[in-house]
Amino acid sequence: MIASFFQWLNDTQGLNFSVFYDAFDRSRFLTGLWTTTYICVVSIIASMALGLIGVWLAGGSSRLGRLVVRVYVQFFRNTPPLVQLSFFYFAVASLLPTVSDGFGGQSPLVSGTGWAIIAFSLFAGAFNVEIFRAGIEAVPSTTVEAAESLGYTRLQLYLHVVLPLAFRICLPALNNNLINLVKTTTLAYAIGVPELLYAASQIWSEVFNVREMMNVLLVTYVGLVAVLVWIMGRWERSMRIPGYST
Amino acid sequence: MASRHQLGEPVVVVEGVEKSFGSFSVLRDVSLTVRRGETVCIIGPSGSGKSTLLRCINGLVPISKGSIKLAGREVNDAKLDKLALRRDVGIVFQQYNLFPHKTALQNVMMAPIHVLKQDKAEVEERARKLLAKVGLSQKLATYPGELSGGQQQRVAIARSLAMNPKVMLFDEVTAALDPETKKEVLVTIQDLAAEGMTCILVTHEMGFAREVADHVYFTDGGVIVEHGSPAEVFGNPREERTKGFLDKVL
Repeated sequence: MIASFFQWLNDTQGLNFSVFYDAFDRSRFLTGLWTTTYICVVSIIASMALGLIGVWLAGGSSRLGRLVVRVYVQFFRNTPPLVQLSFFYFAVASLLPTVSDGFGGQSPLVSGTGWAIIAFSLFAGAFNVEIFRAGIEAVPSTTVEAAESLGYTRLQLYLHVVLPLAFRICLPALNNNLINLVKTTTLAYAIGVPELLYAASQIWSEVFNVREMMNVLLVTYVGLVAVLVWIMGRWERSMRIPGYST
Repeated sequence: MASRHQLGEPVVVVEGVEKSFGSFSVLRDVSLTVRRGETVCIIGPSGSGKSTLLRCINGLVPISKGSIKLAGREVNDAKLDKLALRRDVGIVFQQYNLFPHKTALQNVMMAPIHVLKQDKAEVEERARKLLAKVGLSQKLATYPGELSGGQQQRVAIARSLAMNPKVMLFDEVTAALDPETKKEVLVTIQDLAAEGMTCILVTHEMGFAREVADHVYFTDGGVIVEHGSPAEVFGNPREERTKGFLDKVL
């Protein structure tokens, strides 16, 4: 039904949305969508974990830990993500050993997709450290003092008091950064990761439907970000506290 | 009405304590002893170091010189487990400082579960009793943001009591409350003192101090100007400074 409509659209109007009626193009596009989704989900989780670890060390008593976090944040926040990705894929990857692929050949230890996930996690993680730090600093010191007076250790304090409150405060900023992360994943195109942009460009270079594919691509990203915003919105609502405003 | 009950052994012994923030000296040669079951009130003008003294007693603020012993243990001993010390001292703050993301009941239950690792069901039973004791049985599932100041402060008192502290510190706990809610909180503290809880109160409620205290300390400019029974300090102050202060506030 949908396929025949787009077939008709192509035949009569010359608008070639091949992904909607051509099984091969559709499968390439869906593979791209899956790869992008996969990179997004893993990078979002990993970058938040990095942000939490970073902010824990940054506020800790270890000088080395604080220094490491400072260097990390400065480095990954102040360099372009495309350069970071190239650095990992072309410079770091060449230093790593290769492994047998089981068919007599050698394949790299970490795939292009793997490097994309590593690079984007580190990139977004650096921003998350700063976002979480801002949230933690906004938790009233008196609330922290109350927990300390009750004998809370630093870990207990973070887990039960500081982070639950800090999350609520920094959620809008976190939202922005994660949306940015989703859009940044298109850079993986540059190292040949078969994500959405890569799949789309493959299709349009063969089918010559650049304008149509551009529109499909943009709408797809709007949809992806909408899903993320919806999830974050649900999370924010589930954390709402009666009588408390952040 | 001092010594309505038998006073036990000293719980808090402060000796020659000095505290300065940079070159600004907040406490100078402060000594006081609080015995088990005793209610001590510290009065004096703002900025005289009263709150700092309380924070020194539970180790939130390190002292520069002198000694503070809590149940026989030196508070400022670097080897002392500060967390263990704080479990023995309950402190209630002027601004309540409840955990805003937890209900009244959860606020009271949190520390015994997280810090003392006590059984959840037992803690809940005790927390319900404590909240009933401070008159908040109807507010168990209410969040701090929906409670009045006086109610929040009573939750804060219950939260401290849930840790079974050896001594309770009250830091101007009614200063942010209106006269009506103030009364609820003062009655709660009075009941506690009558039950034999050791209490140290920093307060501007002179009438209350006179009524509940076994011993009153008047501080000014970081030193203890004079101390004695409420009858002595309020009725017949020896020092000019005490007289001047009491004339202004009473």
